[in-house]
Amino acid sequence: MTTTAPAVALPPTKPAPKSSTRRADHGEGRLAAVLLSPTFLVLALVIGYPLVSALRESLYRRGEGLDANGFVVSGEHFVGLRNYTDAFTGAGGSRFWNAFGNTTFFTVTSVVLEAAVGLAMALVMHHALRGRALLRAGILVPWAVPTAVSGLLWRWIFDANGIANKLLGQQILWAADGWPAKWAVVIADTWKTAPFIGLLTLAGLQLIPAELHEAARVDGANAWVQFRKITLPLVKPALLVAVLFRLLDVLRMFDLPYLLVGNQKHSVQTLSVLAFNEANNLHYGPAAAYATLLFLYVVIVAYAFVKILGTDLIAEARAKTPARRRRSATRSLAGRGTPA
Amino acid sequence: MSRTRTTWRTSRTAGLAALAATTALVLAGCSSGDANDKASTADSGTDRGPITFAVGKDTSGALQKQVDAWNTAHPSEKVTLDELPASADAQLQQLQQNAQVKSTAFSVLGLDVTWTSEFAANRWIDAMPASTSTSGLLPAAVDSATYRGTLYSVPWQTNGGLLFYRSDLLTAAGVKTPPTTWQEMQADCAKVKALPQAKGASCYAGQFDKYEGLVVNFSEAVQSSGGHVFDTDGNPTVNTPQAKTALAWLAGAFKDGTIPQEELTYQEENGRKAFQSGKAIFMRNWPYVWDLANKTDGSSKVAGKFDVAPLPGLDSTGSSTLGGYNLAVSSFTRHKTTARDFITYLTSDSSERANLLAASTAPTRAALYEDRALQKKFPYLADLKQSLDAAVARPKAVRYGDVSAAVQDAIYPVLSGQAGPDTALASLQTKLTQITSQP
Repeated sequence: MTTTAPAVALPPTKPAPKSSTRRADHGEGRLAAVLLSPTFLVLALVIGYPLVSALRESLYRRGEGLDANGFVVSGEHFVGLRNYTDAFTGAGGSRFWNAFGNTTFFTVTSVVLEAAVGLAMALVMHHALRGRALLRAGILVPWAVPTAVSGLLWRWIFDANGIANKLLGQQILWAADGWPAKWAVVIADTWKTAPFIGLLTLAGLQLIPAELHEAARVDGANAWVQFRKITLPLVKPALLVAVLFRLLDVLRMFDLPYLLVGNQKHSVQTLSVLAFNEANNLHYGPAAAYATLLFLYVVIVAYAFVKILGTDLIAEARAKTPARRRRSATRSLAGRGTPA
Repeated sequence: MSRTRTTWRTSRTAGLAALAATTALVLAGCSSGDANDKASTADSGTDRGPITFAVGKDTSGALQKQVDAWNTAHPSEKVTLDELPASADAQLQQLQQNAQVKSTAFSVLGLDVTWTSEFAANRWIDAMPASTSTSGLLPAAVDSATYRGTLYSVPWQTNGGLLFYRSDLLTAAGVKTPPTTWQEMQADCAKVKALPQAKGASCYAGQFDKYEGLVVNFSEAVQSSGGHVFDTDGNPTVNTPQAKTALAWLAGAFKDGTIPQEELTYQEENGRKAFQSGKAIFMRNWPYVWDLANKTDGSSKVAGKFDVAPLPGLDSTGSSTLGGYNLAVSSFTRHKTTARDFITYLTSDSSERANLLAASTAPTRAALYEDRALQKKFPYLADLKQSLDAAVARPKAVRYGDVSAAVQDAIYPVLSGQAGPDTALASLQTKLTQITSQP
């Protein structure tokens, strides 16, 4: 599967011969290393340390058992992989698989919905001539609302006597433990983040030269064929980046289930919520194990996504950036001239 | 292009260096973890100076006034009010985190009654000195402040459930006294519902969402039918005929519509709103509702049309679960003498009276409930006292969070009709035994 857009992508640049410039590079590289070292130190502190620390925590347990006087036995003890095996099999096994299932369900359904709605939004924003600026600002509002606030807003909407039930003419208990709760979360998440996909996709849409569509029209292609054969393939790189971001985000979903429905309800418990609950009850070892498993899951999904769909998103983006910048600059200049 | 390549290569070396640095940090972190287990309880008695008071949001502003008064009287032992979030979960989290790192940031802690055991068992709070007087305090509240026979905190605010009822509708239906049993309540409901002005009203509102409130309401039902969730030794006793009767009643009430299905999403505020808009005839709630439901600014349709009574039970008046806050001294703070003096000040007769007047928080001093002037201002005080006298503290489990989650997991499916009471209680018994027994 290829994602290099025929019209936009530059011909692949050949790597420069290494040997001729090696010496100069060496000095430069050393300087770069020195200049970058503060950044790496900060990264090690704020990313590396917590990560390793959580890994270590997941191999320990503490605060279990009371002594004769009713005090918690202090200190922690090494339990090896028991926190992990318990997560998969033991008493907590069903909880983990339930949370794992929910996380996957939310990821698949909300990302699919968001991509569809976001793409539609982008097309509307791209084609709208009148009030384009207003439309764009309007569509962005949900993305600007903090998730915690939108969680509370949707909580009112999905109240037993809320507007959702009024409109539907039904008495659905959205906030009770069950399928409606799952859908409440999916709907709220889609509302909030479809604009994000929409905006990134819009940026991709604006890179497609108008001549292509013109030529297609001349050749007699209808709107659907144009969309399928020109718009979609050319906008795919931008769309894929947006979807990847959303995938990584939804896998870690916490605030919406927590605020909208409640952290004890199994039907919306995600892995993040599960880890939070465990940590809240002072089971730091199991909490760290859940968090690590979630981390691995995110890594695997991201890797698979990049491998299967995106070939090499990052390198491709890097190669394209200069060209894109020039193009979008001329675009926006040209755009200013047209009546909005 | 070649430049990007080399930067990439060197950045890899730098990455290795960073990794090494991280490893060093982690090792340092490991060794510091076990070093400070010698949390001293040394106490000189003249340990005075500025302290802080960490407690949930002071919504009425009454607390700040009391702190200001203390600060004027004790210029060298000033107290800083450290307001924690309004939600109990968030409060607990902050207090736990501070205790975990043995932070000296908080001196006096405002602990929900369910947290005292956890904080005491983890040695996060100091035991109160044996000389601390508890006379005049409500016995149930003192019990909630005690862990394994030792007083670890002083009861400051208390709370008990009350049955709010529409006195106007009951009178119109010819019911003279509020119900004392569940059956009476259901019979009264039937009579009231026959009235045209009670059209569309539901019978009973409680807190049945899947959260801590469900534990409270379930425990009250069990206690009100003569059972206990935990016995006096702290062993779970939920697989009993009494508990089964209680749960069967709740499940039946959901089935026959006494409690509408939507209450599976009800917390305190949902119930209050339903009651205030005239949609519920009876409601179980905390005393704070009294003021709000009596507001005549249009927010309440039932101002002056309701009254309160102790909770109903199976055969006679029921029993409430105890809520409220206890004050404790952090093990890690400096100036513990000042901290203890400040607790004495806040739990004094006059402070609690001021708190009741300003924020209508229920006091822990029994004498205040008999005070004529206060009774006149808060007509529900006598009923509340009766409720508190019969109240039972929630289980004193060190792992209370686990206990609460287990109860919620077992009871909620029964109320929503997805599980039977008997099997749910049997498995809850096993689970609670597992949580509370010492491994």
